[in-house]
Amino acid sequence: MFVIDCPNCGSRDQSEFTYAGEAHIARPTESENMTDAEWAEFVFMRTNTKGLFAERWWHATGCRKFFNMLRNTATDEIHAVYRIGEKPPKVTANLPLTPAGESSIGSGNDAVKIMTRDEENAS
Amino acid sequence: MSQPNRLPGRGLVNRDRPVSFTFDGREIAGYEGDTIASALLANGEIMVGRSFKYHRPRGIVGAGSDDPAAMVQIGSDPASTDPNVMVTTREIHAGLEARPQNCWPSLKYDVGVLNDVFMRFFPAGFYYKTFMGSDRFRWLNWMTFEPFIRRAAGLGKSPTKPDPDTYESVNRHCDVLVIGAGPAGLTAAANAARSGARVILVEESERLGGSLNATDPEGTTIGGKAPADWIAAQTAKLAEHPEVTVLTRTTAFGYYAMNFVGLIERVSDHLPEHRRDRRQPRQRVWRVRAKQVVLATGAIERPLVFHENDRPGIMLAGAARSFLHRYGVLAGKRVLVFANNDSAWQTAFDIRAAGGEVAGIVDMRRELNEALALRALKAGIAVYPRTAIVGTHGRHRIDSAFVSSLDDSGNVRGSRSRIECDLIAVSGGWNPNVALFAQSRGKLKWDAEMASFRPGLSWQQERSAGACNGTFELQEVLAEGSKAGLEAARAADFTVRAVKQPEVETSVVQSLNLVPVWQVPSGQPREKTKAFVDLQDDVKASDLQLATEEGYDSVEHAKRYTTQGMGTDQGKISNVNAFGIMAEARGITVPEVGTTTFRQPWRPVTIGALGGQHVGAHFMPRRGTPMHAWHREQKAIFEPVGDWLRARAYPKPGESFHDAVQREAKAARTTAGILDATTLGKIDIRGKDARTFLNRVYTNAWSKLAPGRCRYGLMLGEDGMVSDDGVTACIADDHFHMTTTTGGAASVLQKLEDYLQTEWPELDVWLTTVTEQWAVAAVCGPKAEEIVAAVVDGIDLDPEEFPFMTWQDGTAGGIPVRVFRVSFTGETSYEINIPATYGRWLWEELVAAGKPHGLTPYGTEAMHLLRAEKGFIIVGQETDGTVTPGDLRMDWAVAKKKGDFIGKRSLSRSDTIRDDRKQLVGLLTNDGDHVPMEGAQIIGTPEEPAPPVPMLGHVTSAYFSPNLGRSIAMAMVKRGGQRMGETVWIARRGDKPVPAKIVHYDFLGDAVGEGA
Repeated sequence: MFVIDCPNCGSRDQSEFTYAGEAHIARPTESENMTDAEWAEFVFMRTNTKGLFAERWWHATGCRKFFNMLRNTATDEIHAVYRIGEKPPKVTANLPLTPAGESSIGSGNDAVKIMTRDEENAS
Repeated sequence: MSQPNRLPGRGLVNRDRPVSFTFDGREIAGYEGDTIASALLANGEIMVGRSFKYHRPRGIVGAGSDDPAAMVQIGSDPASTDPNVMVTTREIHAGLEARPQNCWPSLKYDVGVLNDVFMRFFPAGFYYKTFMGSDRFRWLNWMTFEPFIRRAAGLGKSPTKPDPDTYESVNRHCDVLVIGAGPAGLTAAANAARSGARVILVEESERLGGSLNATDPEGTTIGGKAPADWIAAQTAKLAEHPEVTVLTRTTAFGYYAMNFVGLIERVSDHLPEHRRDRRQPRQRVWRVRAKQVVLATGAIERPLVFHENDRPGIMLAGAARSFLHRYGVLAGKRVLVFANNDSAWQTAFDIRAAGGEVAGIVDMRRELNEALALRALKAGIAVYPRTAIVGTHGRHRIDSAFVSSLDDSGNVRGSRSRIECDLIAVSGGWNPNVALFAQSRGKLKWDAEMASFRPGLSWQQERSAGACNGTFELQEVLAEGSKAGLEAARAADFTVRAVKQPEVETSVVQSLNLVPVWQVPSGQPREKTKAFVDLQDDVKASDLQLATEEGYDSVEHAKRYTTQGMGTDQGKISNVNAFGIMAEARGITVPEVGTTTFRQPWRPVTIGALGGQHVGAHFMPRRGTPMHAWHREQKAIFEPVGDWLRARAYPKPGESFHDAVQREAKAARTTAGILDATTLGKIDIRGKDARTFLNRVYTNAWSKLAPGRCRYGLMLGEDGMVSDDGVTACIADDHFHMTTTTGGAASVLQKLEDYLQTEWPELDVWLTTVTEQWAVAAVCGPKAEEIVAAVVDGIDLDPEEFPFMTWQDGTAGGIPVRVFRVSFTGETSYEINIPATYGRWLWEELVAAGKPHGLTPYGTEAMHLLRAEKGFIIVGQETDGTVTPGDLRMDWAVAKKKGDFIGKRSLSRSDTIRDDRKQLVGLLTNDGDHVPMEGAQIIGTPEEPAPPVPMLGHVTSAYFSPNLGRSIAMAMVKRGGQRMGETVWIARRGDKPVPAKIVHYDFLGDAVGEGA
C-alpha cells in the first residue's frame, strides 16, 4: 500500500485513491477523420511499461480531483505528482537498470536480491 | 509434577505462581512465564509431534519463533481450536490443553510411521513423478491419490466452526518503529525516545531484553549493572516518554511498501479463560505507517546437517542456553555439544556451571580457540577436535551419538565410537534474521566470515542494528543500537544528542571463528544418509542434491520441487543450510545460488486477526434507504444491489416468493403499485455549459430539451458499448438532474468527472452527487393519479396537464417535492422526490392514501418483471459490455447529426457495423408455461447437434408474466432484428431444446406480432 502525495490534500493512504490508467493520452478531437486502426490505438492500446510510467490517479474519497503521477512500476517508487494539464517533470532516474530491465534494487525480482561484487566494492 | 529438570534459583519464571496444563492428555506442571516447551523440558519431555511426511518423531529444537516442527493443537473445541501452535512461543496458563499433531493413534505409536520405513522410495518430487508423470499410473489420476496423500501428510486440524473470538485492527502512525527489544532494540528505542519522537517498540515475547534473557546473569554487566537490572532501567526510561508505546507479545509479521508494517499482538492468548478481559480482542493487528524503522530482530542459529539429526533431543545450542537462563531448565541430563564455531562452547560452559553433565564438545574444526580449549579443560569438559557426529541412536529421544574423527579434507576417518547423551546441543553458525529487511526489498550481502547473509543495501527508510546486522559483540551491539535510534529520530526530523553508552564487561564467548559446514560427512552412501535440512517438511540433504542433479538450478524451483523452506516455519533455521548444500552440489558459491524470496508473514497470523472487526455484518456494510426500516417491518425479502440492500419482494404470511412477485406485478398494472426508487443514482449538473456536456456524454441530443422536460439517455464507453442509461431532467437552462442505474452511480460520476477535469476543463459544468439527498417513491398504475393527488399539493396531476416525460415542483405536507412523470413499467407513473429525511413519512402517507385503492408495494423482482413486459432494458442484464445501441435496436436513441459524443466513432468501426451482430429480441416459448433459464444458449435446430454447437445467442431475461398470462423472455440473437417470427430453440442441460418464437421485445405493445 503506497502513500500518495495528493497535490491538493497532501499525503494520504492509497486506499483513498482510484487508479485511472495511463496519463497523457488526449482524446482525439476529429475522430471522424481517423481510420479504424488509428481510433483503436486510442481506445484500446496502452503501454505496459516496466519502469518509469506516467499514470493518472483520482482522489476518490478526498478532493475528487484527477492528477498525474510518475511511478516506477517495477519498484513502486513514486517520483513525482503533478496536476492534469501539466507536463511530466524531468526526474533523475537514480537507479540504473539491469539487463533484464529491472531496477537494480527494490523490485523484489530474483536477480536483485543479493548484492553483486561490484556493488559491494562501490559501497 | 516434580519438574526434575528445573534448577533452583535460576531462570526468570515466576516461582510463586505454579501453573499446570495438559499435554497429550497428561497434566504438566510449570510456572507462570513458562512456554509449553520449557515446561515440557522441565518435566523431562522433549518429543512433541510427528513430522509432516515421514511421521518421524519431532522434538523441541529452538527456544522461540525459530523452532521448525514442535507444534501442537491447542484446545479441542471445533470453533476455537488452534492448530500448528509452536510450543516454544506459547505461554502456558491454567486450563491450556495441548495435543500432538499428525500422529495416530498416539504420539509414541503412530501408524503413519510406515512412510518412514519406505523413506528411500519417497525421493524429491516423488508424488509428481509417480502420480502425475508416470505411465504406470496413467490408468489412475492424481485426483484419486491426492486425498490419501493429504490425509497421511499434514499438520494440525483447522477449526470447523465459525471463530467465536473477536479481533480488531488499528491504524497507527509513528516516527520510529523499533522491531525487537533485545539489547540493540532497547538502546535504539531509548535513544530515539529522547528526541520526543513517537516511538513504537515491538517485542515478540512477553519480556523485554531479548538475548540478554538467555545469557548467564552473572557473566555480564552493562554499565556495572546485571543484565536484568539494565533491562529494567531501560524499560523505566522508556516509560518516562509519553510518546513511546511498548508492545510485548507482538510480532512484526510483514514489512510492506513505504514503511507499512503489520504487527500482530496476542492480547489474551496467554491468559486462562477467567482472566481474559471480554472487552479486549483475542488478538489485535496494528497497521503501522512508520517514518523510520529500526530492525533489531536478532539472529537465528542454524543447525549442522548430519546423519540422523532429526531425533528428539537434538537442539540448537543457543536454545539450550535460553532454556537454562530464561526458564531455569536443563534441557538434558547429559549434554553433548556439536559445533563448527566458538559460540556453542558457551552452552557447555553454562550447563557445566549450572551443575549439569556435559558429555563433551565435538568440534569439526581443525584449529580450536585456545582460550576456550583451556576453559573447557579447567571445567573438566572433554573436547573432540576435528570430529563429527556421524549418527545418533534412540527412538523417541536420543540416548547416544556416534562420532568419528575427520581427515584433512574433512572426510570421515577411522571407526565410529559411541558417546552416551540425551541432548545434542548443535550449532552450525548464526544467520542474521534478515526476513523483514528482505521483505522491505533491501538487498542482501554475503558475509564470508559468518557464512551467511546480512543486510546490504536498504530500499526503504530502515536500518538494522545488532545481531540482525551481523554484529554479535554486546558492546558493539549497544553502539549500533544507539546509532540506529539516533539516526532514525533525526531522519524523522527530530533533534537529539548522542549520550555515552555504558561499558560492557562479559565473560560470555563472543567470538565465532566459524568454519562453514553445509553437510557433515556420514561415512555412508548418500541414499543411506538421513541428514535432514528442513525438519518440518522432511527435506533431506540428499533430496536437494537429487533436485540439483535433475536440473533444478533455480533456488526457487528447487524449493517448490523439494518443499524445502515451505510450511509454517518457512525454513527459518534451514534455508541457509539448503542454499549451501545446493551451492556445493553445483560447485558454485552460496550467493551465486541466491536466496528464496522472504515473504510475509514472518510467522503464521490468524486469519481472523487479519479480518479484524470486518466480519459478519461489518464485512461489507450495506446502505439502506430512508424507507428501509419500513420494508423490514413488512418482512420484505432483500437483495444486494450495488452497495444497497433493496426490497426484492413483500411476501404475505404463507405466500411464496414467486406468488408474491406475481401478485405485486399484477397489482401494479391493474390497480397501483409503489416502489422505493431511492437508490437510483442522482447527479446534479450545473453550469452554463451543462447542455453541451450532456450532448457529449449521452448518445442523443440535449440542445432543445426545455426546462420542465425529461429525456431518456444512453451512455457509452469510448468503445461504443452501452455502459449506463437513465432519465435526465432539465431544471433550468444551466441546471439538470441526471439519474443513473443504482449500481452505476459511482462509476458514472467518476467517468463524468474524468472527462470534465481532463478532457474538457474549458466547460463550465459542476457535478454534485445527490443520490442520498432525495428519497424517491414511485407510484404507478391506473389508480396512481388519485393516490398521488391525495398526498401531493400544488400540481395538477391530470396526464393532460402533466404529460409523460415532464416534471413539476409541488409540496407534500408543506415539504417541497419534485415529481417526475417518467415510467419504468409502461404504466402511468409518478416518481416523487422528497428530501431524504422525509422519505419514510412520504412513503407511509402514500401507502395510507393508496389503501382504499389497493396500492401494493412491489420489490425489485416485480420491477424487473414489469419492465420486461414493456421491453425496457437493464444495463448489466441485457448488456454485458459488448452491446451497442444498435444491438439493442435502440438506434432511435443515437443522434447521428449532433457533434461528437463519448463512443461515437466506435459506432462506425468495422466490428460494430457488422450485420451479423447479436441483437435484442423478445422470445415467446411455444409452451407459454415454460420459463427459460436466464443465460441459456439459443440454437437454430430442434435437436442439439454434436459439438461444437453453433450458437445463435442467449437468453438475457425471462419471467412468467401475470399480466400476459404466459412466459416472456428477452434474448440477444444473431441478426435478431431480421428474424421476427422465426422459431429458435433454447438449449437445456440434459433435456430437449425448447422451441420459441422471435418477437419484438415490447410485449405490451402492438409489436407482439411484428414480422409474423
